[in-house]
Amino acid sequence: MEYAVVFLPLVGAILSYFGKFFGNLFSQIFSCLLVSISAILSIIIFYNGYTNNIYGNYQIFEWISSGEFNANWSILIDPLSTVMLVTVTTVSSLVHIYSIGYMSHDPHKPRFMSYLSLFTFSMITLVVSDNFLQLFFGWEGVGLCSYLLIGFWYKRNSANNAAIKAFIVNRVGDLGLAIAIFLMFFYFGSVNFSEIFSLIPEFADEKISFFGSDYNLITLICLFLFVGAMGKSAQFLLHTWLPDAMEGPTPVSALIHAATMVTAGVFLVVRCSPIYEFSQAALTFIAIIGMVTAIFAASVAIVQNDIKKIIAYSTCSQLGYMFFATGVGAYHVAIFHLFTHAFFKALLFLGAGSVIHAFKDEQDIRKMGGVWKKIPITFILMIVGTLALTGFPFLSGFYSKDAIIEFSYLRNSSIGNYATVVGIFTAFLTSIYSWRLIFKTFYGKYNNKVIPINKTHESPLIMLIPLFFLGIGAIFSGYFFKEMFIGNLNNIFWKESIFFLKEIKHDYIPLWLLLSTPVLVIVAIPISYYYFIYNQNILENFKKTNMPLYNFLLNKWYIDELYDYLFVNPLKKIGKFFWKKGDEDTIDRFGPDGISKVIKFFSNKAVQFQSGYIYDYAFVMLIGLSALITYLILN
Amino acid sequence: MNFPILSTLIFLPLLGSVFIFLSNKQESNKGAKYVALFTSCANFLLSIFLWYSFDPTIANFQFVEEKNWISGFIKFKLGIDGISILFIVLTTFIIPICIISCINSIKKRMNEFLISILILETFMIGVFCSLDLVIFYLFFEAGLIPMFLIIGIWGGPKRVYSAFKFFLYTLLGSVLMLVAIITIYWSTGTTDIVEIINEIKIPSELQYVLWLAFFSSFAVKMPMWPVHTWLPDAHVEAPTAGSVILAAILLKMAGYGFLRFSIPMFPIASEYFTPLVFVLSIVAIIYTSLVALMQDDMKKLIAYSSVAHMGYVTLGIFTFTKYGVEGGMFQMISHGLISAALFLCVGVLYDRTHSRMISDYGGVVDYIPKFSFIFIIFTLGALGLPGTSGFIGEFLVLVGTFQKNYLAAILAGLGVILCAAYMLWLAKRVIFGKIINSKIETLKDLNFSEMLILVLLGLTVLVFGFYPGPLFETMGVSVDNLINNYQLSLKENIVTNN
Repeated sequence: MEYAVVFLPLVGAILSYFGKFFGNLFSQIFSCLLVSISAILSIIIFYNGYTNNIYGNYQIFEWISSGEFNANWSILIDPLSTVMLVTVTTVSSLVHIYSIGYMSHDPHKPRFMSYLSLFTFSMITLVVSDNFLQLFFGWEGVGLCSYLLIGFWYKRNSANNAAIKAFIVNRVGDLGLAIAIFLMFFYFGSVNFSEIFSLIPEFADEKISFFGSDYNLITLICLFLFVGAMGKSAQFLLHTWLPDAMEGPTPVSALIHAATMVTAGVFLVVRCSPIYEFSQAALTFIAIIGMVTAIFAASVAIVQNDIKKIIAYSTCSQLGYMFFATGVGAYHVAIFHLFTHAFFKALLFLGAGSVIHAFKDEQDIRKMGGVWKKIPITFILMIVGTLALTGFPFLSGFYSKDAIIEFSYLRNSSIGNYATVVGIFTAFLTSIYSWRLIFKTFYGKYNNKVIPINKTHESPLIMLIPLFFLGIGAIFSGYFFKEMFIGNLNNIFWKESIFFLKEIKHDYIPLWLLLSTPVLVIVAIPISYYYFIYNQNILENFKKTNMPLYNFLLNKWYIDELYDYLFVNPLKKIGKFFWKKGDEDTIDRFGPDGISKVIKFFSNKAVQFQSGYIYDYAFVMLIGLSALITYLILN
Repeated sequence: MNFPILSTLIFLPLLGSVFIFLSNKQESNKGAKYVALFTSCANFLLSIFLWYSFDPTIANFQFVEEKNWISGFIKFKLGIDGISILFIVLTTFIIPICIISCINSIKKRMNEFLISILILETFMIGVFCSLDLVIFYLFFEAGLIPMFLIIGIWGGPKRVYSAFKFFLYTLLGSVLMLVAIITIYWSTGTTDIVEIINEIKIPSELQYVLWLAFFSSFAVKMPMWPVHTWLPDAHVEAPTAGSVILAAILLKMAGYGFLRFSIPMFPIASEYFTPLVFVLSIVAIIYTSLVALMQDDMKKLIAYSSVAHMGYVTLGIFTFTKYGVEGGMFQMISHGLISAALFLCVGVLYDRTHSRMISDYGGVVDYIPKFSFIFIIFTLGALGLPGTSGFIGEFLVLVGTFQKNYLAAILAGLGVILCAAYMLWLAKRVIFGKIINSKIETLKDLNFSEMLILVLLGLTVLVFGFYPGPLFETMGVSVDNLINNYQLSLKENIVTNN
C-alpha cells in the first residue's frame, strides 16, 4: 500500500505523457484516477496509523553507497509524513480533476497532466524520505516540476523568465540545504534522520570555526537548513520567485505555489525539530524571518491588482505565520496551519481560476466587479475561502491561526510577544486585503470593457466539484482535527515525529487575546467595504499624497530591482569580461597566439637569409669566416 | 586466462580500419559504415564481457598481458583495475554512437573519417589499458594525430587555426611528460607502472618536479584554467563526432592520468600541490561558468560548461577521500555521457540549419518535440538534477571537498547555481519562446538513428542517476586501494623525515 501511494503518481506521469498517442482523454482519466487512488490509500494509511498505530520504514533499494556515505530509497511512514501525504495527495487529486475543466482549451493537456503527476510523485518522495539525500531529491524534483509548470506556456517570454527565476532562486536555497547536509555528514557521519537526531544531544555545545570565527555547530546546521527552507517556502529575501510564478496556469498555483511545494520548507523545519530544539538562536532567527515575511507580504498584497498575485503574497504571508510558529517552538501548530491552509488557499486559487475563466483570462481586479450574481457558486466558495483564510470564527483558519498567536503568547519570551503582536496585526491586514479582493472582484460597478457582463459565465461542473470538496475542507478541517493536531490528543497523535525539548503548556490565555483577533478580523470587513467600494475617493487622495509609499508597496519594496542591480547585471558583465578580456585578450594573446606570432616573426627573419642568390650566401660565409679567424687570432 | 582479451580490445578497431582502407573505394560508403559499426559494436560487447568477468573485489591489476618489446627496456604490458575498466566501457560505448551519428553529418571522405575514428578508439583503449609508461605515452600522444585530422579536415571554417591550437597546447604539455618519463627510467631503471607504484619510492624532491611535468600535460588535457582556451575553439570547429569523442573520452584521459600516475607515484607532491589544484579548479568552475553564461554559440557554451564540470573532477580527485575520488570518477563517466549527448543534440540542429548561434533558434519545441524533450533531459542532467547521473558525481565531490575545505565546497557549490542559470537560459532561448527564424518551421524531427543514440544515452544517464550501484561496486576496491596507499606513503614520509 505504501509503495502504491508513492509510485502510482509516477506511473500516472509516465502514462499520461505517452498517453498522448491514445488521445487526451486517456491521459486525463489515467492521471486523475491514479492520483485519486493514491489519495484514498494515503487517507487509509493516515487512519491506520492513528487508530492502529501502524507506522514503519520501508527500504526500497540502495541509492548511493560510497564509503560511509550511504543513502537508500525509502518510505518512512510516521505521523508527520502521513499528515503530509494526506494533504498532498488529496489537494493534488482535486487539482487534477479541476484541470480537466480548466485546461479544456489547451492543446497540451497530456503534458500538463503528466507534469502535475510528476510533481505529486516528487513531493511524496520528499515527505516520506528517511534521509536527507532522498529529501534533497524530492526537494529538487518539486523545483523541477515547478519550473516546468511555471513555464508551461512556453511561448510567453515572461513565463519562461519566471520559470528560470524560480529554479535559480530555489537553487540558492538548495545550496544552503546541501551545505547543511555536508556539515551533518562531516560531523555525524550519516545522512539518515534517525541516526543524526540521536547524535544531536551529544553535539549540543560543539563549537566549530567557520569563516574565521567560532559558531555553535547545531546553530550553523539549523541556519543552513533554514536557507533551504527559505528558498522553497519563499521567505523574505528569497521570496521574489513566488509572485512571478503566477505566470503558470492557475491549477499549478493552487497545488504547487499554495498548498504543497511551498510548505516543504515548513515541513523540513518540523521534520528537523530534534535539531532545531537545541538551537535557540536559530529558532529566534526563523521567528524573525517569519514575522518579517508575514508583514511584508501582507503590506504588498494590499496594493496589488493582479488577482493571483494578491493570493500569492497572501500565501507568502501565511507561510511567514507557519515559520514563526516553528520559531516559537510550536511545530505541531505550524503543521496544523499548513494542513488547513492547504485547503483554503487551494480553494481561493481555484476559485480565482474560475473567476479568470469567467472573464476569459483577465486577471486584473480593476477590470472586474459586480459579477457575483453571474457566478454565484464561485462567489460563495470564494467567500468561504476568504473567511477561512482571515480566521473568521469556527472556520478552519480560525483554529490554526489563532492557535499560532496563542502559542506565541504562551511561549512567554520577548520573541514570543513580538510574534503575538505581529500575528494579530497581520491577521488584520490579511482581512483587509482579502476582502478588498472579494469586493473589487464581485461587487461595485462592472469594469470590463472587452467582455460584456452577460458573456461571463459560471464554470463547468468538473471545476466546481473540486472547489466544493475544498470548501468542505476549508470549513471543517480546523474543527475536526484540532484536538488531534494541537489539542489534548496531540501527544498521542504525533508520538516521536515531533520533538519538544520543553513543551509549551496549553494553559490560561487572557480573554482579550482570545477575542482580539476575531474581532479585528470581523471589523476589517466593513472597513474594507467602506474604503474599496463605498468611498473610494479617500484612498485615491491618500494615494496621491503618499505616492512614494504607494510605489514602494506596489513595486514590492523594490527587491527585484535591487537583485538585478546587485547580482544579475554584474554577473553578466563579469562573464563578458572574463570571456573577452580574460580568455581572448590575455590567455590567448600571450599564450598560443603570442607564441605562434613570435615564432612566425623569427622564421620570417630566417627566411630572409635564404634568398637563393649565391652572392648572399658567399657574403654570409665571408662574414663567418672572418669572425672565426678574428676569434682564433685573438686567442 | 590465456585469451589476450585486452590486446583484442585494442587492436580490433585497428583491424576494422584496415578493412575499410582495403575495401573498394568505388562502392565505398555503405560497406565501410557497416564494417565500422560492426567492429565497434563487437568491441563494445567484448568490453561488456570484460566488465562482467572482472572481479571487483581484487585491488590488483587483472587480465595482465606482458610481452617484451625492446628487450630489457620496454615491455608491452597491459592490465586493468576497477578504475580503468569503466573508462574502457565508456569508450567502447561512445564510439558506436559516434559512428552512427556520422551517417547524418559527414558529407565528404566518409571512409577516411571512419578510419580515423577507429584508430582513435585503438589509441584510447590503449591509454586506459597500458601498464608501462612508454606504452602509455605512445598511446596518449598518438591519439592526438587522428583527432588533429578530424578537426583539421572535417571541421568548420576556422578548423586549421583550431587544430593547430589544439595540437600545440597538448603537445607542449606532453613534451614535459616525456622528459619526466625518461627521468623516471633513469632514476628507477624501469618503466613498469605496477613496479613503480608498489615497490619504488621516488625521492620527494624529485617527486615535485615530476609531478609538475605530468601535471602540465594533464592540466592541458583536462583542461584546467588557464590552459583551457583550446577546448572551446576545438569543439566549435570539430565535426559532431569529433566533439563527442573529445568531450566524452579524450578529456577523461587527464583525470585517469591523475588517478593512475600523479597520486600513486608522487603522493608527497600530490599532497603538496593540493592547494594549487583546488584553487585552479575553483577558478575554473566559477570563471568558466560565468563565461558560459555569456556565450552566443551553443557549442562554445557546452565546451565552457565542460571545463567547469571537469573542475569538479579535479577537485574531487584531490580531496583524497573516498567520496571525493569516487565522485570525481562518477562525474567523469556522467559527463562523458551527458556532454556527448549535448554535442549530439547541437549536431542534430546544425545538420538541419547549419547554424550554431543561439539567436538563430527559439521556439523549436513546436516543430521538433521529440528532440526538445530529449534536449531538456540532458540539460537537466548537465545542471545536476537529482535522479540523473550528473547529480551523484557533483554531490559526492562536494561532500568530499567539504571534509577538506568548507570554503572550497561552498564556492564550488556556487558553480551549481551558475550552471543552472546558463543551461536553463540556453534551453529557454533555443527550445522555448516565440519563433523568430522562419527556417525553424521547416525543421524535421529526429530520424531513427538520431533517436536511437540519444535515447540510449538518455536511458543510461537516468539509470545511473537512480541506480549507480554497479559503478560504485566496480571501482570501490580500487579506489580504496589508491587512497590507502596514498595515506600509507604520506605516513612513511613523515616517519622518515623525523
